[in-house]
Amino acid sequence: MILIVRALGRSCIDAIFALGRFVLFALATLSHVFRPPFYFREFFSALLNVGYLSLPVVGLTALFTGAALALQIYSGGSRFNAPEVVPQIVAIGMVRELGPVLVGLMIAARVTSSIAAEMATMKVTEQIDALVTLSTAPMKYLVMPRVLAGLMAGPVLVAVADSIGIFGGFIVATQTLSFNPANYIINTMNFLTTADILSSMAKGMAFGTIATLMGCYYGLNSGHGAQGVGVATKASVQAAAVLILAANFLLTAVFFTA
Amino acid sequence: MITFENIFKSFGHNHVLRGVNLKVERGESMVIIGGSGTGKSVLIKTVLGLIQPDSGQILVDGQDITQVKRDAFLSRFGMLFQGGALFDSMPVWQNVAFRLQRGALKRPMAEAREIAIEKLRRVGLAPDVADRFPAELSGGMQKRVGLARAIAAEPEIIFFDEPTTGLDPIMSGVINELIREIVVEMGVTAVTITHDMTSVDTIADKVAMLHRGTIQWCGAHTDMAQSGDPHVDQFVNGHAEGPIETLR
Ligand SMILES: Nc1ncnc2c1ncn2[C@@H]1O[C@H](COP(=O)(O)OP(=O)(O)OP(=O)(O)O)[C@@H](O)[C@H]1O
Ligand SMILES: [Mg+2]
Repeated sequence: MILIVRALGRSCIDAIFALGRFVLFALATLSHVFRPPFYFREFFSALLNVGYLSLPVVGLTALFTGAALALQIYSGGSRFNAPEVVPQIVAIGMVRELGPVLVGLMIAARVTSSIAAEMATMKVTEQIDALVTLSTAPMKYLVMPRVLAGLMAGPVLVAVADSIGIFGGFIVATQTLSFNPANYIINTMNFLTTADILSSMAKGMAFGTIATLMGCYYGLNSGHGAQGVGVATKASVQAAAVLILAANFLLTAVFFTA
Repeated sequence: MITFENIFKSFGHNHVLRGVNLKVERGESMVIIGGSGTGKSVLIKTVLGLIQPDSGQILVDGQDITQVKRDAFLSRFGMLFQGGALFDSMPVWQNVAFRLQRGALKRPMAEAREIAIEKLRRVGLAPDVADRFPAELSGGMQKRVGLARAIAAEPEIIFFDEPTTGLDPIMSGVINELIREIVVEMGVTAVTITHDMTSVDTIADKVAMLHRGTIQWCGAHTDMAQSGDPHVDQFVNGHAEGPIETLR
């Protein structure tokens, strides 16, 4: 019993320390945003990788999820004799929760892992040391452009996911559930509020930042050799996914319980 | 110019440096020899702040390196890493011209590229290598690209970590001559780590031997043959028997 409590306490303390290190790392990154030099080329290539190249996977997951959601809500709604709520619930479900969460998890899988593996390899092969000796701060050259790209691409990806998810629901509802297309769109539009959309974008920013930050943090702090790269990559994706879901809960609580 | 004062560094229970004292004068070519794993690479990394010593002080031009402005300080140095440490995301010429493409030493792209190709030529690489990626080169070619990068911005102080390891004897000769040339012509202060006695003979003004975490012997290259130190003799002659233990 005592052993279990002790193990629990230990992992809680570890988690708190880890969180502290993330926060310090995030603050260090932030401190580089406003100090020159700014590496534009790095930033644009990060934007391409985080944002543009994530579009296909984000679009596909959102499309299928929106479609499935429409089917579920229709069958669930029928039990309460209210199958007509499909457009409203699909819209609110995608925009408030599923769009941001899907984007968060997809970029954790795609972007966090690739950043962590790349940076860990650079660390292991002394490329990070080489950067330093060439008077280039890794925080500024590697971390800041990627995190900034995450911050900016996050909301755009979420907007895309929200729209395509709603579109997926629309397709299913109008093609198989015999909803009227025009009414479906009108119902969706009327139901969504500005607050819904803003919360969605805010989540996108938060998740994009967390995903890129975790990739950089674990990459730069990786251990030695190929094994170190593997461990760093795995840990970064885990941490990003958990933190994104936790942040999602917190943000939902902040936006929708008032 | 560079002074190590009582440098200690351990990694866990591995006490690598145990009180290193060494002085490198301006315009001098110092060669550090010593067995594999004795901490030669660690020692030069402490100067650049890549590894923090546990205790002791490093002075460059009489100034403690922890007190100086990092950017200006680092721009005085060039470093060839033992493993090359080339950026694999960019072509060879951008690696060589890295410093010339950003920061205080920034030049127009065409000029930076020209300088890169010139430096590549000096280390015996043809211009067509410039547009290839590091992963497409042989180990020895990567080493030479690393060398070209270290000298590209014409720094005052250059560290060469095993510049000839992995090169054929002729290319080793070329690189040794090049390092000698850089020191003599450009007045660079050079610190070279090597196991290769031909390199020592071509490059060294002074030789320091690192053994068991301290400088076992340090003196002019011309005195090395009469050092009277059995460790140095064993190393120079490559004997398996002697005061330096070998595990077999
Ligand atoms: N970052 C590090 N973490 C832990 N141990 C390290 C680290 N860097 C070096 N070491 C240890 O320090 C010791 C000295 O390493 P170093 O690379 O300086 O050797 P060296 O003298 O350059 O050897 P070689 O001639 O083989 O290159 C080794 O035992 C190595 O395991
Ligand atoms: Mg070494």
